[in-house]
Amino acid sequence: MLMDLTRTKSIFAGQITSRLEFSRKVMILVAMAVLPATGFVPAIGLGADESSFTTGSSDVIIQEINSQVRSTWKDNEVDPSPLADDSEWMRRVYLDIVGHIPPVDDVEKFMADKDKAKRTKLIDRLLDDPGYTRNWTTIWTNLCIGQQTPRRVSREGMQKIFREAFGKNRPWKDVVADLVSAEGHYEENGAVNFLLAQMQDQDDGVQMTAKTTRLFMGMQVQCTQCHDHPFNDWKQDQFWQYNSFFRQTAKVDHRRFDQKSGRMVDDFSEIVERNFAGPVYFEKRSGLMKVAYPVYFGTEVNPDGGTDRRKELARLMTTGERPMISVAYINRLWAHFFGYGFTNPIDDISTHIPVTHPALFDRLADEFVKSGYDCKQAMRWIANSEPYNLTSRGTKKNHLDNPAIGEAALFTHVYVKSLTAEQLYDSLIIATNAHKSGRSGWEQAEIQRRDWLQQFVRTFGTDDGEESSSFDGTIPQALMMMNGPLVRDAVNVKPGSQLHDLLTGKGNDVQKVQKLYLTALGRNPTKPELANAQKFFQGNQDTLAVYQDLFWALLNSNEFVFNH
Amino acid sequence: MNLFTSSGMSRRHFMGHLAASAATIPALNFISHVKANAAELKKKQKACILMWMSGGPPSIDIWDLKPDSKNGGEFKPISTKGNLQISEHMPKTAAVMDNLSVIRAMSTREADHGRGRYYMHTSYIPNPTVVHPAFGSVVSYEVGSKRKDLEIPAFISIGGGGSSPGFLGMTHSPFLVDASGRINNADPGDVGPDRMEQRLRMLGSVEDGFIRSDRGESGQAHKDVYLKAVNLMRSKQMEAFKIEQEKKEVVDAYSGAPAQGGMMGGGGQFGRSLLMARRLVESGVPFVEVDFGGWDLHANVFETLKNQRLPALDAGIAALTSDLKQRGMLNDVVLVWMGEFARTPRINQDVGRDHWANSWSVMIGGGGLKGGLAIGETDKDGLSVSSPKSYQPGDVWATVAHAMGIPLDTVHKSKNGRPMKLANGGTAIQELVG
Repeated sequence: MLMDLTRTKSIFAGQITSRLEFSRKVMILVAMAVLPATGFVPAIGLGADESSFTTGSSDVIIQEINSQVRSTWKDNEVDPSPLADDSEWMRRVYLDIVGHIPPVDDVEKFMADKDKAKRTKLIDRLLDDPGYTRNWTTIWTNLCIGQQTPRRVSREGMQKIFREAFGKNRPWKDVVADLVSAEGHYEENGAVNFLLAQMQDQDDGVQMTAKTTRLFMGMQVQCTQCHDHPFNDWKQDQFWQYNSFFRQTAKVDHRRFDQKSGRMVDDFSEIVERNFAGPVYFEKRSGLMKVAYPVYFGTEVNPDGGTDRRKELARLMTTGERPMISVAYINRLWAHFFGYGFTNPIDDISTHIPVTHPALFDRLADEFVKSGYDCKQAMRWIANSEPYNLTSRGTKKNHLDNPAIGEAALFTHVYVKSLTAEQLYDSLIIATNAHKSGRSGWEQAEIQRRDWLQQFVRTFGTDDGEESSSFDGTIPQALMMMNGPLVRDAVNVKPGSQLHDLLTGKGNDVQKVQKLYLTALGRNPTKPELANAQKFFQGNQDTLAVYQDLFWALLNSNEFVFNH
Repeated sequence: MNLFTSSGMSRRHFMGHLAASAATIPALNFISHVKANAAELKKKQKACILMWMSGGPPSIDIWDLKPDSKNGGEFKPISTKGNLQISEHMPKTAAVMDNLSVIRAMSTREADHGRGRYYMHTSYIPNPTVVHPAFGSVVSYEVGSKRKDLEIPAFISIGGGGSSPGFLGMTHSPFLVDASGRINNADPGDVGPDRMEQRLRMLGSVEDGFIRSDRGESGQAHKDVYLKAVNLMRSKQMEAFKIEQEKKEVVDAYSGAPAQGGMMGGGGQFGRSLLMARRLVESGVPFVEVDFGGWDLHANVFETLKNQRLPALDAGIAALTSDLKQRGMLNDVVLVWMGEFARTPRINQDVGRDHWANSWSVMIGGGGLKGGLAIGETDKDGLSVSSPKSYQPGDVWATVAHAMGIPLDTVHKSKNGRPMKLANGGTAIQELVG
């Protein structure tokens, strides 16, 4: 029998709650009872194992995250970094939830806001922002079909599915079930595009099997296509058992006659069911042929022709106490916000990969199921947690917490992430309004916007569309930022652009430089930075050029292109 | 951050870097000597020029003719300066064929454009587990990163669509230029040197502030890429892209002008690209890929070959080979000619040839490899390899690696930690290297 992940109570070595930990939880509960719900208590003067940090939300799951992460700090004798100040945290939470930096007006308002619950309120506002739906539609469309649309796949169809999923906050298990079991026309039922994108080659469903298990279940079974897994219990049979669920799937590429050209051209594609019954055959390394039947973690499915195997698979994937789709989703989400997941890589959850916080990982996966697979709720837990509200600056007391060199992530500070092509592009537009620069019509500006976005995706795109915590920059990317048309229009000071508005607005030079920093980096300049800017103004007659060049420098900086 | 560890830098690779940096601090009196010899040394640097025939060229009409078969088509073979015959429409190449060899026993099984392109570039069959690097990226990683005085990228692709660096990381992705040598966004436009200087000074202080803020290695890695970009913009080596600096006779020789419509014709573009490749190799670039398309000849194959493709191909290969030889570089620069597959021996109803991977030819020469040979053979109708051994792209790239001094036992690590053998464990072709 194969390892049955869905039925095991805890797949990871469970942590035993110590008496000390128990009493701390009680103390927290007591503290919460006496404080008003919006009580914002700064974490000053508290030891490593005690904190009453809150963003203003009092959800018990958030307390659970805080307490479990804290306990690993203590176990590993590291201290957390200080809390991020408002501007640092705000830029991060915007990028993570809505996919772009905050507009300068929002920055100014948030910094002036005295409300002690302003962080949790901002999280709620962003989760209801149209940008949330847009951002998560982009993320999941890229994950499912890639940044470049494969042949015979409808990007619009795929986006429509995710726009509805995230716009209506549909339960994640329903979304997964739809994608796995989809049939039909690629625009009428956009869910089919996930599988269509995995049907580029006639490969007996190998790619469908590999991608579905990896993306939605966090399991890398693909190497067992050819041999038993070298480090864990997965056998070659298991790959082909999963694979047998997909073998009733076929795609039809329709063509139509085009009057204009007098030729046949591509029309729509669709997924249809084909007759398939019984086992699939595969070859062992020894050359021996073997058979595999549809089996999901030990549950056998009737292999007759009457069974709709993908419907069965979708049902099995979304039932049970703690289905892998919950575990995988939580891990991906955690990594999205923190830069690293509970496992590294995030989509290889198995016994041979260590888990940083096993009990917490289990708990969050369970709570996600209990919440009815509420995607927004899961984000709320993470974004309101203490570790997410820390600065990304490391300290002497936590410099050992460095997952980039392969250490287990302790989340003593938030790890720096590279912006995706879309995040970078959308952030540049927010900061500069370059698309409106010298273009009066909305339509003209929109055409420019789409054209530039294509260039950005081409130049900054990655092979697998995955988010990356390591910086893997190229010369063409740097050249595009330095000399490319978007940044050129961003600093040309034509009407419509942000820089034009800023320079023709109120304020003296110091105030304008401050606003420039807030616009690009979401923070005020430091004193040395102001003094430095002053030097440039003194050394150069051409004040306008100094503003242009300073804005250029801020947009080109590492601080701009990282989420930190 | 991961930049320096994720792609699994091997110990040997790391030691190679150490050796390279140690070599940059010799005793002072050596420096002038080293500089004086730099130009001479560069000439001796190993390199590879890949002529990529996208679409799949009919090697049966070019390198392995079958005049006595119904599959033979319209063309006749001619003798060459080497020990083999090639197409009558390749007369200039025939005259330098003593330097070039043809592997006539390729059998590569991938006959789809995308899959064939991937397989021939990487030596690996497409696989959902991992993205493999094109061999140009492997050369960039193994050879390019040790050439400290190289200010332009180590893998340059002229006129092509690009390929992936896979698990070796974006640093080793092909740097794309078109046949005119134009590089996207390399020109700062109306921003003069003084303004650029002011911008870079301002940028430097913002970057340094972030680097000092204890946020890991990413900030510095970003600064390093910008330094490379600025160095590139200002580098003298950028001159290598400017083929207009070459004499007209040279350009004409490469492009077969003026007979084929000169510089503007398709042939002109291939010739210009090859000329640029030579200039790049001369500047120390270890891998250049030149794309020459238009080979997907499902119809009208002989007319197209005779009037368009082959005259340009012939002029380009011949000019490049003699030019490299004249400059004393041919022993160090490997030339490889291939496409994603070749074309059916059978001629279809539209007088075309379709996709065919079962039995075809790749041309290889220079780099100290033996020239003038035909390696292996196909049967009388060209339908299968009839010699005892057939070859995979891994064998071609292993031969290139051998010629360039890259150890064949080199192993890279994929992102999920799997060991990946150089050229998929292919072996150098004995007749060529022996």
